[in-house]
Amino acid sequence: METFLQQVINGISQGSAYALIALGYTMVYGVLRLINFAHGDVYMFGAFMGYYLANIPWIKSGVGTSAAGAVFVMLGAMVLSAGLGILIERFAYRPGRGPTRFTLAFWLGLLGAGGGQMAGQTFTSVVLGAFAGIAAGVVLELLGIRPVRQESRLALLIIAIGVSLFLENGGQQAFGADPKFFPQIIPTTSFKVGPLDLDSQRVIVLLVSLVLMVVLNIIVNYTKTGKAMRAVSFNLDAAKLMGINTDRIIAFTFALGSALAAAGGILVSLLYPRIDPLMGVMPGLKAFVAAVLGGIGNIPGAMIGGLIIGMAEVMAVGYGQSTYRDAIAFVILVLILLLRPAGIMGKGMIEKV
Amino acid sequence: MKKWVFWLAALVVLAAMESSLRGLIGAYNYQIVILVGINIILAVSLNLINGYTGQFSIGHAGFYAVGAYTSASVVVYGGPAIRAATAFLPQTAQNAVLLLLGIIAAAIAAGIAGWAVGIPSLRLRGDYLAIVTLGFGEIIRVLILNIDAIGGARGFSGIPQLSNFFWVYLGVLITVVTVHNLVNSSYGRAFISIRDDEIAAEAMGVDTTRFKVMSFVISSMFAGIAGSLFGHYTMYLHPNSFLFTTSFYLIIMVVVGGLGSIEGAILGAVLVTVLLEVFREFGAFRLVNFSILLVLIMIYRPQGLLGAWTLFRTRKPAPATK
Repeated sequence: METFLQQVINGISQGSAYALIALGYTMVYGVLRLINFAHGDVYMFGAFMGYYLANIPWIKSGVGTSAAGAVFVMLGAMVLSAGLGILIERFAYRPGRGPTRFTLAFWLGLLGAGGGQMAGQTFTSVVLGAFAGIAAGVVLELLGIRPVRQESRLALLIIAIGVSLFLENGGQQAFGADPKFFPQIIPTTSFKVGPLDLDSQRVIVLLVSLVLMVVLNIIVNYTKTGKAMRAVSFNLDAAKLMGINTDRIIAFTFALGSALAAAGGILVSLLYPRIDPLMGVMPGLKAFVAAVLGGIGNIPGAMIGGLIIGMAEVMAVGYGQSTYRDAIAFVILVLILLLRPAGIMGKGMIEKV
Repeated sequence: MKKWVFWLAALVVLAAMESSLRGLIGAYNYQIVILVGINIILAVSLNLINGYTGQFSIGHAGFYAVGAYTSASVVVYGGPAIRAATAFLPQTAQNAVLLLLGIIAAAIAAGIAGWAVGIPSLRLRGDYLAIVTLGFGEIIRVLILNIDAIGGARGFSGIPQLSNFFWVYLGVLITVVTVHNLVNSSYGRAFISIRDDEIAAEAMGVDTTRFKVMSFVISSMFAGIAGSLFGHYTMYLHPNSFLFTTSFYLIIMVVVGGLGSIEGAILGAVLVTVLLEVFREFGAFRLVNFSILLVLIMIYRPQGLLGAWTLFRTRKPAPATK
């Protein structure tokens, strides 16, 4: 019984991390009907930003001893990841929906920076390469090469896969492919509640995810922007006609989702401090499964889905065979979707002819 | 042209190329050519589900894996008995029999797996179907990882090398001709009608359930064949070759080339495979460059490089899917 309760606690903390990532998937799906495959990599990015922020020399002394240090690392990583989310939306998904400016300049600039890094290995060569790329992109755009207006959701999905590949491989270049160890940003203390062993990490993970979900709930349900988000996810075109700046709302949704993913990344890194550029692949996929499980596009559904997946995984490892760990999430997914094709909380859509 | 003339000519040309190709282009390029062939089979078969029937599957790597492992098991565990039974034949003919048996077993096993995955497709649509197929692919991989007789996490080694340029491109030819004939038949029209409007198709009397499952089964069978050819070329299989990223790459091939066009799938398979090799020059930046290129292609040419363009047009192509 005690081990069971212990596993339940582990499952809840693992599950709340999945839930935080799943929320980003479900919100983006809500507004764009897009499976944002890059979301798991934003989670990785968040963990790395936390790692670098915690290693800034004048921060380092405060990290692990004061609460301010931990809060700084957490919020900093969330803000940086929100920025990444907005960048991804602006330069990959928005051009995938219709004409926007500077798309080519952005990507060719990145390509040029990579080329510069390869050619010269110095800061100057990287900057020169980037400028050459940006210039080429601007010129090509002036010559009339612009994104086309399109309705293809599949193209958008491939763009998402492309961005995901870019973040994984770009991450291996920028952060190094070898795993790093996330610093202890909060002091570890173990204590007992009745027969159960708890440690500060697990409690913090639980509390922080709870707080974030409450905050998200307030944003979505009780603010004007939240109302606009709900309107956009209900019907994008109608929202546009009602005077909502849909592009801004979509960007805000990406920022919000990415910040939550970054928070998830740091919380998971507290429990499992090994981080590497490919760490987002599997959790991203499982979080997406969690979002579908709960009913994609449905925010409470994502939380429930995350908890179910986390709990099932911990139980499978605790009582079954750990080698099947990666399959558990998918088996549950298949079973639930066969019984309830729209997910646990999802509303079945009636198809109108 | 009589059919048998075409196939005879094809066999002769393939056999002639097999005997000279490796010497002409070197072992490294030869291997790329083989990989291109296997990817063409995979992309063209995936196109049947994703491009023609309009169902979204991200689980093709699973069927590919089922085929590869089935065929390898048949040949490794049944090999001695089959060789003993065909001892009167010369070595090459024995190899051919062995490979063909492996391919048939692979196609059957993958077809059954496709049938099992096709069943949920009756109830699920769009993204839900996509994620379930992805899930099935991963489940298959984890199962293989846990079966010790086929190597598990160590990988399956000791597979005899039976396939070569001849067999792979014979497979390509058979796949392309079959899929081409299929999509230009009444079956193909049923597939396309499901893609374009499922409800209208049903109202017109198309048994959508049956055709959806059929497209899954046929597509999986070809993926199984590709797997068999792959395993018997590389002589070693590891579950990590069949990660969902493999399925992603296959979808990339199909979509970059042009969804719903056989030529597009072929072009996509060639382009993606060759580009990934050419980009090796960029070392660590290989996949960074590849992903940027992918994003740009999809932004500037969302219908794929060829769109629904087709060389052998027997009827007006339908507009690209939504």
